[in-house]
Amino acid sequence: MKSTIYLILLFPLFLFSQNEIKGLIMEQNSKNQRIPLPGANVFWLNTTVGAMSSEDGSFKLPYDKTYKKLIISYIGFRTDTLLIETPKSIFHVLRASDDLGEVTISTRKKSTATSYLSSQNISTISSGELLKAACCNLSESFETNPSIDVNFTDAISGTKQIKMLGLTSPYILITTENIPSIRGASQAYGLSFIPGTWVESIQITKGAGSVVNGFESIAGQINAELVKPTTDNRVFVNAYGSLNGRTELNTHFNKQISDKWSTGLYLHANNRSQKFDRNNDSFLDMPLTNQINILNRWQYINLQKGIISFLNVRFLKDDKQSGQLSFDPKRDWLSNTVWGSEINTRRFEASGKFGYVNPDIPYQSLGLQIAYSDHEQASYFGLNEYDIHHKSMYSNLVYNSIIGDTRHKIKTGLNVTYDQYNELVNSDIYDRNERSVGGFFEYSFDDLDALNLTAGVRVDHHNLLGTFFTPRVHARYTPWEKSALRGSFGRGIRSANIFTENQKLFATSRQINLQSSGGAIYGLDPEIAWNYGVSFLQGFNIFGRKADLTLDFYRTDFESQVVVDYENPYQINFYNLKGASYANSFQAEFSLNLMTYFNFKTAYKFYDVQTQYESGKLKKPLTSQHRYFANLSYESYSKKGDGVWKFDATFNLFGKQRFSSTEISPQSYQLPTYSPSVSTLNLQVTKVFSEAFEIYLGAENITNVTQKSPILSSENPFGSNFDTTFVYGPIFGSIYYTGLRYKLN
Amino acid sequence: MKTILLTVTMLFIGTLSYGQNKNAKASIEVDGVCMMCKKRIEKASLKVKGVKSASWNVYTHELKLIFDENKTSIEQIASNVTDVGHDTKSFIASSEAYESLAPCCKYRDQRVVDDHK
Repeated sequence: MKSTIYLILLFPLFLFSQNEIKGLIMEQNSKNQRIPLPGANVFWLNTTVGAMSSEDGSFKLPYDKTYKKLIISYIGFRTDTLLIETPKSIFHVLRASDDLGEVTISTRKKSTATSYLSSQNISTISSGELLKAACCNLSESFETNPSIDVNFTDAISGTKQIKMLGLTSPYILITTENIPSIRGASQAYGLSFIPGTWVESIQITKGAGSVVNGFESIAGQINAELVKPTTDNRVFVNAYGSLNGRTELNTHFNKQISDKWSTGLYLHANNRSQKFDRNNDSFLDMPLTNQINILNRWQYINLQKGIISFLNVRFLKDDKQSGQLSFDPKRDWLSNTVWGSEINTRRFEASGKFGYVNPDIPYQSLGLQIAYSDHEQASYFGLNEYDIHHKSMYSNLVYNSIIGDTRHKIKTGLNVTYDQYNELVNSDIYDRNERSVGGFFEYSFDDLDALNLTAGVRVDHHNLLGTFFTPRVHARYTPWEKSALRGSFGRGIRSANIFTENQKLFATSRQINLQSSGGAIYGLDPEIAWNYGVSFLQGFNIFGRKADLTLDFYRTDFESQVVVDYENPYQINFYNLKGASYANSFQAEFSLNLMTYFNFKTAYKFYDVQTQYESGKLKKPLTSQHRYFANLSYESYSKKGDGVWKFDATFNLFGKQRFSSTEISPQSYQLPTYSPSVSTLNLQVTKVFSEAFEIYLGAENITNVTQKSPILSSENPFGSNFDTTFVYGPIFGSIYYTGLRYKLN
Repeated sequence: MKTILLTVTMLFIGTLSYGQNKNAKASIEVDGVCMMCKKRIEKASLKVKGVKSASWNVYTHELKLIFDENKTSIEQIASNVTDVGHDTKSFIASSEAYESLAPCCKYRDQRVVDDHK
């Protein structure tokens, strides 16, 4: 063994002096700082040729044309396999055990992996998985993931809404690089403001989540890691066009300025200027849109001093126009003959991250995140006007260390946030400032074997929510090989931004009734909920093929909630919960590797989401009780990696969904109690011509399933029964698209 | 609030002004073959009071340690590692300890070593 290593070390000197491969191994800790990782194992698959990264994370290895797969591993990190075509230098970041995948060395890493070792129920969607649904922004990135449900919110805005554990996105903490980003004013459309190509990977945490990022998460956390100047392609171009008139263009440019500074400029533009009304209801099936989105990132790395920093500046301009075909905003604005809507958004964002890792003591680190955003939306929906201006400041200081030894880790720090909301709802003005300061402490124990435990608590003082504790606990136990049993519980608290979160209400003739109880937020109380969950993961082999099965059950119990009551078709009522409100969610997921590069995944979900309304305890409207999901993906194999074909098919079935009551409407505007069930099939084919160039072609909803008349009273949009919120399925039908990706390194 | 801030600051200052021997770094050679060995070696090292971090490399056999010199010594750690069955450069594990290893971890057996290559 030892002699082999010496031999390996000598090898490059006299045999392959020009044929060697160099690289740098870094680790990304939970705060996304990158630090060099000494002692990582780097070796060629099926050979004894290997090396270890040195103190500064660098390594050198002999290279031979027969070597294709480079394995990089380190305990507590996900093992990565890199396909090496040419002996160029490699920069690779290993993921820390928090979002750890399988530890066993696999020939190919799965594009979605649930961790066997972390205490939280985290599944990671890698960039490979994100390419399976070619489109287009973050809200569409979850189409191939059964844990998240993607639905249309209404028949006007064309936006998709996500749900997790049966709860809508306001109950999910959505962060970009661990900075809360989709909240407040950006809640309704924010997911469509993050272009898909900017996303490097997504981590989905079911259940309470960590205390580090705040007290707001209830159903779970979704974190999107964005592409980074040092790891993204030097030049990347993605163009997309679909037969429903949507065109998109994404360009990335990355440049290393000096040995420490790198920068990236990411531009996104999308446009839809063609009008469609396939269902002949005189309304556009999809809004006309125009978006410009610019992000500039600066990354600073100083390995000697252990400093890693990011600076980001982003600007967004998004305009949507919807409503009747003949609507002309200049002529018909606020007219009562032609119904139309415009939603115009401007957003500016600046954020910075500073990370320091003590180079001598790698387990001690300090991180600081600061973010500022200014979000302005001006909109009208027929005769309803809604404007919101939200300024937000977020800062988080996190210190990582150990108690005694590395089996006992701690995270502690401080959080300061400020939010200023100015809203105009028709003629009413709602202004509100929220300030909070809080401290947190999280302890995690890892016995390096069968058990780990994370327990965190935070104390916050908030000017409107008061002073409160937020405890969260996660544990993982491995009773036998290839299994993981997890449990978690935690509390979350948030102020409900009732108008921006329920913006679809404006595209109705409903009267808004705010039943104030004298509370601090719109006269209502904060929302408080407890979440409990258990999950079991078992990996096994069927006929020598890898498979795994995940079962989980989560329950969210609301202590207090702002009930959004659509049960009277002429009104929308907001009031504090009196009685029970809960969401039970059960999910069974099975994935199987049928052949090399041929994977199958299927899932079944059951939801029981009920709330005590004034008219009785009812199932949450537009939430299906049963959902079935299946995905097949196949990749042809080629030694060189070019000429590869990728096929992907996703099937979704949403069971019947309850419509909120229309009993008191005239007969012709009454809806049945339940919607029919809906199933859709998406297909995509990608042809990889070379490492630099690929083309994809796909179809969404290929069986052309549509909801026939998604708008109630579309013939009389100013009548009292006009309603665009009863949407349970696709409005447009099948969509064919094509696109290309070009990369230059 | 103030106390939390102070604590955090103190913790941080504490790391900057560490004593020379409180976070002593050392590495020793430990024999072993697989990831199970790695777990066992690291666990045995961490069980020694004063050891803060231990990381063993399956290819180079290097065990990297950070420990408090006031509380323990490299010899103490090495002897703990041999107690669970792994030879170090200076100590040889007892045959009882070695025999207690799982079959795949029998690093003295050339066939086992070859299997892991």
